[in-house]
Amino acid sequence: MSILVIAEHDGNNLKVATRQTIAAAAQLGNDIHVLIAGDYLDNVVAQASKLEGVSKVLVAQAEHLAHALAEDAAALIVSVAASYSAILGGHSSFTRDILPRAAAQLDVGMVSDVVEIISPNSFKRPIYAGNLIATVDSEERIRVLTVRGSRFKSVDAIAGHAAEIKSLPVPVSSGKAKWVAETKGNSGRPELSTARVVVSGGRSLGSEEKFQHILNPLAETLGAAIGASRAAVDAGYAPNDTQVGQTGTLVAPDIYMAFGISGSIQHTAGIKDSKVIVAVNLDPDAPIFQVADYGLVADLFEVIPQLNNALVTEA
Amino acid sequence: MFTVKILVPVKRVVDYKIQVRPADDGLGVALSGVKMSPNPFDENAIEESLRLKEAGIATEVTVVSFGSAVNHDVLRHGLAMGADRAILVETDQTLGSLGVAKLLKALAERETPGLILMGKQSIDEDAGQAPQMLAGLLNWPQATFASSVKVTGQEVEVVREVDGGMETLKLSLPAVISADLRLNSPRFVKLPNLMMAKKKPIETVSADELVPELETKLKTKFVGYPPARDPVRILNSVDELIEKLKSEAGVL
Repeated sequence: MSILVIAEHDGNNLKVATRQTIAAAAQLGNDIHVLIAGDYLDNVVAQASKLEGVSKVLVAQAEHLAHALAEDAAALIVSVAASYSAILGGHSSFTRDILPRAAAQLDVGMVSDVVEIISPNSFKRPIYAGNLIATVDSEERIRVLTVRGSRFKSVDAIAGHAAEIKSLPVPVSSGKAKWVAETKGNSGRPELSTARVVVSGGRSLGSEEKFQHILNPLAETLGAAIGASRAAVDAGYAPNDTQVGQTGTLVAPDIYMAFGISGSIQHTAGIKDSKVIVAVNLDPDAPIFQVADYGLVADLFEVIPQLNNALVTEA
Repeated sequence: MFTVKILVPVKRVVDYKIQVRPADDGLGVALSGVKMSPNPFDENAIEESLRLKEAGIATEVTVVSFGSAVNHDVLRHGLAMGADRAILVETDQTLGSLGVAKLLKALAERETPGLILMGKQSIDEDAGQAPQMLAGLLNWPQATFASSVKVTGQEVEVVREVDGGMETLKLSLPAVISADLRLNSPRFVKLPNLMMAKKKPIETVSADELVPELETKLKTKFVGYPPARDPVRILNSVDELIEKLKSEAGVL
C-alpha cells in the first residue's frame, strides 16, 4: 500500500519539514504520495513533483483551503485515506492541529513526534518532555504519524524526476470555522523551527529592552533566529512565539546559543537535537551545562558584545 | 444573553517538577511514591472556564477525570478553583488519546456543553491529540493552542499560537478549544476552598457504561532514557569558543 505525506507550505514554497517527512515516509514504503491543499498551488506542486521518492502529487485546490482550517483539511485527508497504509506529517503546529482530527474520524490511534522508525509498525517517541523515550507499536490499519523533522535527512529534488500530478475533488467547507487574521513576526529573520543558528535569552537579560538590545546585534551578525526561555517569555521580555522548548517551539539548529538560560527540563528537551549547544551562564551549576557542548561560566552582558565584535571583525 | 455549559477534562499526571525514571520492567514510568498533580495545561483550561463563568457567559463548569478514586485529588483541585461539578469516569484501562476522545464524546452527548475547554497536551505522554480527536468525533469546530478566548453570542473568537506567529479564528458553538500556557495564569487554591471542595460530591460513571469495549491498538513496548550527550567542555574565553566552533565543531 502507498504512504501519504501531508505537505506543509506557505503558498509559494514547500517547507523543509515536508522534505524531511518524505524521508521518514521512505522508511515505511516506496510508493509515496504527497497531498497539497490550499489555493494557488502551482509553485508548490512543481516543487513536490520533483522530489526524490515521490510518485504522485495529489492537489486539492479551493478558496476555503487557503488557511488550512482543521475542519476542512481533516475532511480532505479522510476522503483519500482509504488507499493508504500510513499518513504522515511534520510535527508542526499545522499538522498537530489537523492530523489528530483526521485520525479520530478514521477511528485510528495516532503516534505523535516520532523520532525514529524501527519498523513500519514500531516507533520511538519522546515522553515526559523528552526525558524518556517510549517505543510504541501500532496495530492500527492506518498508521497516522507526526515526525520530528530534524531526525530525518530531507530529500532533494532530482533532475528529470516528475511525479504524476492528480487533482482531487474537494469536500465542501464545514462552515463552522472562519479564518479572521494572522500575525507572523520578525520579518527578515529565519523561522525559529528551521533556523541554522538560534540565539536564545533567559530571564537574566532583565528587561524587554535589554533582551532586544543585547541579542539583536549578535543574531543579525550570525543570521540567527532569536529564541527565549519560558521564564523570559512569561516575564514579558520576548514574544510568545519565541519560546523554545517542549511546550513551545522545538529547534534543531547547527548552533544553539543559550544566554542566561538555566535549562529547565522542558527547555532542554526542545533543544536536544541541535548539533552544537553553547551555554553562557554565571552559575556553574546551571542544568543547561548538562546538555551543552561548550560552556562559558561568564556574564552574558560581557560575552555577547565580545562575541559579536570578534565575529564582525572577522567578516 | 446566550450562555453555555463548559466541560473541562483534567488529567492526573506526575508533577512537572519531578524527574521521572523508567519503571523496573521497562514498560512504563516509575510512579510509586511520586507526587501527582493536575496537568498544568488543564489548569489553564479550568481557569479560562471560570473566567467565562465570572463574566456571565458560562452557566456551569464541570471538571471530569478518567481513572480511579485516586483521581479525586485533581477533581477536588478543580472544585476548589471554583468548578461547580466533578465527574470521575472510572476505568483501569490504558485509554490513549483516542479512547479519551471517545469517552468524552459520549459524556458530551449526555452533558450537552456548549464549549469543551482542554489543555493542549498532557505533560506525561505529550501526544497533544485528544482535543482535536474529540472535535473530529463530535464534528464540532476546533481551535488548538489558544492564547485568547472571547465568546460573543453563539460564536467564539480564539487567538492561536502557531509556528512563527499568531492566528485568529472564529468558531460557531458548540466547539472544542485547547489551551496553551499563556491563555491565563491559573488561580491559586486557598485552603478554605480546598476544605469546602472536600465536602462537594463527585459523580461517578463507569467507562463501560459510556463506551463499551474500548481498546487501544497502540502498545508501549519499552520506556528508557534517551542517549546521553557528551559532557560539556567549559572554556575560558570568547576567542576559545569561536576557535572551537570553527575548527572542532565546524559549524561557524
